Amino acid sequence: MTKAATKKTILLVDDDIDFLIQTEAVLQKDGFQVIRAESQKEAEELLQNIKPDLAILDLMMENFDGGFALAYHVKKSNPGVPVIICSAVTSETGMQFDASTEEERSWIKADLFIPKPIRHEQLLREIHKLLKD
Amino acid sequence: MQKLQTLVVDDEPGMRLGIRKVLSKYTLKLPDVDEEIGFEVDLAESGEEAIEKIGANRPDVLLLDYKLPSMSGLEVLEKVRAEDSEMVIIMITAYASLDTAVSAIKRGAFDFLAKPFEPAELKKTVSKAVQNLILARQVRKLEREKHQVRFQFISVLGHELKSPLNAIEGYLNIMHDRIAGDDLGSYDQMIRRSQVRIQGMRKMIADLLDLTRIESGQKKRELSEQNVFTIAKTALETVQPSADEKGITVNLNAHDPIMMNCDSGEIEIVLNNLLSNGVKYNRENGKVDLVIKKNKNLVTFSATDTGIGMTKEECDRLFGEFVRIKNAKTRNILGSGLGLSIVKKIAAMYSGSVSVTSTPDIGSTFTVTLQSDLPIS
Repeated sequence: MTKAATKKTILLVDDDIDFLIQTEAVLQKDGFQVIRAESQKEAEELLQNIKPDLAILDLMMENFDGGFALAYHVKKSNPGVPVIICSAVTSETGMQFDASTEEERSWIKADLFIPKPIRHEQLLREIHKLLKD
Repeated sequence: MQKLQTLVVDDEPGMRLGIRKVLSKYTLKLPDVDEEIGFEVDLAESGEEAIEKIGANRPDVLLLDYKLPSMSGLEVLEKVRAEDSEMVIIMITAYASLDTAVSAIKRGAFDFLAKPFEPAELKKTVSKAVQNLILARQVRKLEREKHQVRFQFISVLGHELKSPLNAIEGYLNIMHDRIAGDDLGSYDQMIRRSQVRIQGMRKMIADLLDLTRIESGQKKRELSEQNVFTIAKTALETVQPSADEKGITVNLNAHDPIMMNCDSGEIEIVLNNLLSNGVKYNRENGKVDLVIKKNKNLVTFSATDTGIGMTKEECDRLFGEFVRIKNAKTRNILGSGLGLSIVKKIAAMYSGSVSVTSTPDIGSTFTVTLQSDLPIS
C-alpha cells in the first residue's frame, strides 16, 4: 500500500449513501484517500478548502444537473483535475450522455461518463488511466 | 369539425351521386363527443375499384352495394376485413334476405340500408353507424391509455425493487472479497445498511399488496358501524415506537366515540400512513396532532406535524404512485412512495378526499375526509 503522505485524494459525491459506502471501500482498498459528500451543496463547501486529485460525481442530486454544475465548479478552480460523472440517468431515463464528442465536451465539463450500475474494476481502471499512473 | 372519410360503392351512378349529395351536406352532432362530424365522400363504381381505394386509403365509413357487376359486396367485405374501431360498414341492398344479412354481418357489416331509401333514412342509418364507430374508437383509446399506465407502473416498480437489491448485492460482494480488510466496523455498517434496505423493500412489497388488493377489489370489505376513536388509538400505538426513537409526541384530539360505517382495516391503513408520515418527516422532538371530527355524514381526519414541510410544487406532485419528494431533507428517510396513493384510493372508496397544506420547515397537515354513512354490509 502507498504511504499515507503520497495517497491521492478522491472527492466522491453522491446522494445515495450505499453508493458512497461501497465506492469508498473499493477506493480505499486501492490506496486512495476518499472525501465523501452527500449533496452538491456539501461538495461545493468542501471544494473551498480541499483540492482533490480526482472527482467522482453523481449527476442528479438535489438538483437535476448537480453533477454538471459541480464538474464545472471543479474544473474552473482546478482545470487539471479529472472529473468522472457517474449516473443512473441512462438506465432510468434512456438519456444517453457521453463525453466523447466535441459537441458534448463543449458543455459537459467531465472527462468521463460512467453509467450506473458501475463495475468496480472498470472504475479503478478508468481512474488510473485519468491519473496517468 | 371532424371529417370522416366515406366511400360509397355502387354501380348505379344515380345512387352514388345521390348519397354523396346528401352526406356531404350532412353534419352530425354526437351528444358524448364535443365535436361536429361531417363527411368527405369518395365514390367507386365496382368492387375492384373499391378494394383499390380502400387499400390506398382506408375510409372511416363504407357504404357498399350488395349487388355489384363482377364482384359482390360480400366478396369485397371478405377482402377488406376491418376491425370495429377502424371502419364502419353499411350494406346497401335491394333484397335483403336473412341469409345475405347473416353473411354480411359475419364479414363485418354493421347495418343495412334497403333500396330505395329516403335521404332521412340514409342519415339515420349513417348516424347510428358513426356513433358506434366513435364509441368503439373511444373504448380503444381508453384501453390503450390504461395499458400505458399499467406499463409505467410496472417499469417504475421494477426499478424500485432493483435498487435495494443492487445495494445489498454490492455490500455482499464487498464483504465476500474482504475489501475492507480486517476493519470489522465497516463490515458492521454494511450489514446495517443491508438490513435497512431489506426493511424498505419489505415495506414496499407490503404496501404494494395492500394497493393491489384495494385496486382489484379482492380485499373483502367488511362495512360495519365502528368507533373510529378506538381505531385511532390502535394506530397511535402502532406508530409509538418510531415516534419514541425521535422523541416525537403523538396526540389524539377527538371525542370518544365517533361512529362511522367503515371497514376498520381500511381506516387503520389510512391512519397508519398519516401518522407514520407525520413521524418520519418530522424533526427530532417534534409532535404530531391527529384531530378527528364528525360533521353530519362526514368524518375528517387531520394529521398535523412539525416537520420539514413542502413547497407548493412538491405538494402538487405528492399523490402519484412512487412519488417521493427527493431533497436534502428527505434523503435518509425510507419510504415506498406508495403510502399516500393507497390513502387516496381508500378515500375514494368512501366518496372522500385527501388534501394537504404545508409550509417548508414549519410542517404539513394532511386531511382525509370520508363519508360516514356508507351502507353496511
